[in-house]
Amino acid sequence: MAASRKPSLGRRNFIKGTVGGAAALAAASTPAPAQQEQAARSASAAVVTQERDPSPSVEVLTADHPGSDFMIDVLKALGFEYVFANPGSSFRGLHESLVNYGGNKNPEFITCCHEESSVAMAHGYAKIEGKPACVFAHGTVGLQHASMAIYNAYVDRAPVFMIIGNTIDAATRRPGVEWAHSVQDAAVLVRDFTKWDDMPLSLQHFAESAVRAYKIATTPPNMPVLLVADGDLQETPMRSGERPHLPKITLASPPQGDSGAVAEAARLLVAAENPVIVADRCARTPAGLKLLVELAETLQAPVINQFGRMNFPSAHPLNQTERSRALISSADVILGLEVWDFWGTVHSFRDQLQRTSQPMIKSGTKLISISATDLNTKSNYQDFQRFPDLDLSMAADSEATLPALIEACRRLLTADRKSAFEQRAKKLDQARHAARERMRVEASYAWDASPISTARLAMEVWAQIKDKDWSLVSSNAWAQRLWTFDKHYQHIGGSGGAGVGYGAPAALGAAVANKKYARLSVSIQNDGDLMYAPGVLWTSAHHGVPLLSVMHNNRAYHQEVMHLQRMANRHQRGINTAEIGTTIKNPNIDYAAMARSMGVHGEGPITDANDLAPALKRALEAVSRGEPALVDVVTQPR
Amino acid sequence: MRTFIITFAALSLFAQTSAGNAQNGRKLFENYGCYQCHGREAQGGLGTGPRLGPKPIPFSAVQRYIRQPTGQMPPYTAKVVSDKDLADIYAFLESVKQPPAVKDIPLLNN
Repeated sequence: MAASRKPSLGRRNFIKGTVGGAAALAAASTPAPAQQEQAARSASAAVVTQERDPSPSVEVLTADHPGSDFMIDVLKALGFEYVFANPGSSFRGLHESLVNYGGNKNPEFITCCHEESSVAMAHGYAKIEGKPACVFAHGTVGLQHASMAIYNAYVDRAPVFMIIGNTIDAATRRPGVEWAHSVQDAAVLVRDFTKWDDMPLSLQHFAESAVRAYKIATTPPNMPVLLVADGDLQETPMRSGERPHLPKITLASPPQGDSGAVAEAARLLVAAENPVIVADRCARTPAGLKLLVELAETLQAPVINQFGRMNFPSAHPLNQTERSRALISSADVILGLEVWDFWGTVHSFRDQLQRTSQPMIKSGTKLISISATDLNTKSNYQDFQRFPDLDLSMAADSEATLPALIEACRRLLTADRKSAFEQRAKKLDQARHAARERMRVEASYAWDASPISTARLAMEVWAQIKDKDWSLVSSNAWAQRLWTFDKHYQHIGGSGGAGVGYGAPAALGAAVANKKYARLSVSIQNDGDLMYAPGVLWTSAHHGVPLLSVMHNNRAYHQEVMHLQRMANRHQRGINTAEIGTTIKNPNIDYAAMARSMGVHGEGPITDANDLAPALKRALEAVSRGEPALVDVVTQPR
Repeated sequence: MRTFIITFAALSLFAQTSAGNAQNGRKLFENYGCYQCHGREAQGGLGTGPRLGPKPIPFSAVQRYIRQPTGQMPPYTAKVVSDKDLADIYAFLESVKQPPAVKDIPLLNN
C-alpha cells in the first residue's frame, strides 16, 4: 500500500498556534455524538491556554482534539456497543479518546487478557447480536496474537471489526520497542482470512473506510475486516476548520438467489418424494429460524440442523437431525442452506491407512446449494472444502432467498402434492419419536458413573435452566440432542476454524451481548479450550458478566488422544501411550480454585453426579446476582 | 473430524464363549485406549464410538472386527492385543451393569 501522505504537521513539531483552531473547530463544527458533550469545555480550555502563554515559540504540549476523538465519533456513529481489547501503546490515542472523550460508553472498553480472547469475544458477541463488535489491537504483536481468532471468525462467516495501531512514519517512531511494534503492511498478516482492510492516511479517509469496512463486514458472506489506525493520525490534533464528513451509513441488502434458479429449486423440491433440507450457517437473524420453519412446513420436508447457527427448533416434528444418515441416503433432492461442507454431508470418509470415501446418496439425487460463501472464496486457506457435484447452485444468502423460495414452492402446490406431503409428515413424525426414544435410552447408560457421563452433565444443567430465559453460548452434543431449543439466541454455533481457545472467550462475548436482555448465559466449557486463555475468567468478573460455565473436564485434549491412538494402532506399537502429550493431568487442574482466584464463583471439582445439582444451584444463585460462576465437573471423555 | 461409526451389528452372530478376567479387562479397556471412543463404562461416545456393553455382541464378532475393522475404528492386531487380553476385555463388557430404565430417571423425562 502506498505510504505517501499529504503534508501535515506531525505530532512532534506541532506548535501551539493550531490548538486554538482545533478547539474552535470543536465548538463550531456540526456536533458529533461525543463532541456535543465536550465542545464548550474544550473551547474554554483553549482560550485559557492561549492567554496564559501567548508566545508562538513555546512548545505546545497539550491538545484538545486529537484525530482519535473523531475516530471515536465514527465508531459511535456505527453503533458499536463494545470494544474488546488488551491495551497497547500503538492505539493509546484511540484508547484515551474512547474512555475520556467518548465517556467509555457505546462503545465501552472491555479489558481482555489476550488479543485472541478479544477477537473471539467479538465473534461470540456477533453470533448473539447479529452485528459486529469492535476490537482494538497492536498492529504487530497484538495482531499476531489475534490471528487465530480472526481465522475462526472468517471460516465461521462472522463479522468482526478490527482496528489495529501502527506507526507508519519511521521518522516519528520512538526508539526501541515502537520500531518492533511497527510494520510496513500490518494487515498482510491476516489478509488471507479477512474480507477487506485499509490503512487510512487522513481522518476523512478513516471515516469513509470505517463505514465501508462495516458495510463489507455485514454484507453476506459476513467476515472480519480490519483498519490500520496510524499513530500520528490518532494523536495529531485536528486542524482549524477540519471537520471530516461522515458518510451516510447505508448497509447493503443481502444478495438473493436468481429468480430462475429459485423457481427451478422449488420445482425440484415440490416434485421430490424424499426431499431433505440441510441447514448449517443459515439463520443469520431471528427471521432465519422462522423462515426455515415456514419452508419445511410448506414442503413437509425433514430438516437436518448442522448447528452452524440456531437454524431450527429442536422439538419441531420436522427436525430430523438424529436421522441424518438415513435421510441423506434415501433423499432424491437435498437442499443445502449455507452448508459449509456439502461434499462431506453426502459422502462417508474412512480414515484408515488408505483413506477412502464413498457417496452416501443414491444415484440421481439432485443437490441444490444456496450459499453466500460462493460470493467470496479465497485461495490460500483451504476451508472451502472438497468440491461437491451440485445440480443447482445459487451464490446467494440463504436467509434472504428463503421468502422467494417459499413463495415459489407454494405456487406449485397441488392437492395431490399436499396429500403426499401429509403422508410424509406422519412417517417422519413416527421416525422422529423413535429416534428420540433411542437417544434417551443411550443417555441412560453410565448414568451414575464417575467420572460423570456427558449425558448426565447435560441433563443436570438442563434441569436447572429449562424454566429460565436461557442461552447456550457453547456447543455441546448432548444438549443439542436433548434440550428444547426454539429461540434464535439459544445456540451460537461453532468456532468455524476449529481453533482451540475459541470456546471460553466466545461464550463470554455472547454473554456480554445477552446481558442487556437479562438472559441466562450457559456454557459447557471444555478444559483444554479454557487453558488457552483462562484470563477470560478475570474479564468476566471485572466487567460483571453473568455467565454459568460448567466444565466438561475430561482432563485431555481428547480429540488428540484419539488421533494418537489411531497412529499407534496403525503402527502396531505403544497402544498404551496415547495419553503422552495429549492429556491435562498430573497435576490435575483445580478449575474452581482458578476461577475463585480471578473473582469468579467456583464450585468443584465434582466427581459424584449426585453432587452436581446442588453445586449448579449455588452457582446459579451467583449468576442471578450478575456474577460469573464456574462449576468444575470431571467427566467421561465424550 | 467426521463421525466415527463402528457397525458391529453387521458382523457375525456366531458367538464364542469368553472366559476372561473382567477386572483385568477393565484395566486393559483403559490402558489400550478403548475408553477413548467408547467411554470408561463402555457406554459409547457421541460421534466417536458406539456403546459396547452391557450385553455385548458375540465375542467372535468383537474379535473379528477389532482385528480387521471395516469402519473407522483403528485396528488392534494380535501383535498389540493378545486373544487372552481380548477375552478379558470382553469379560469386562459382559460385566457392565444395565442402567436404570429411562422411565425411572426423572431428568430424562423432563
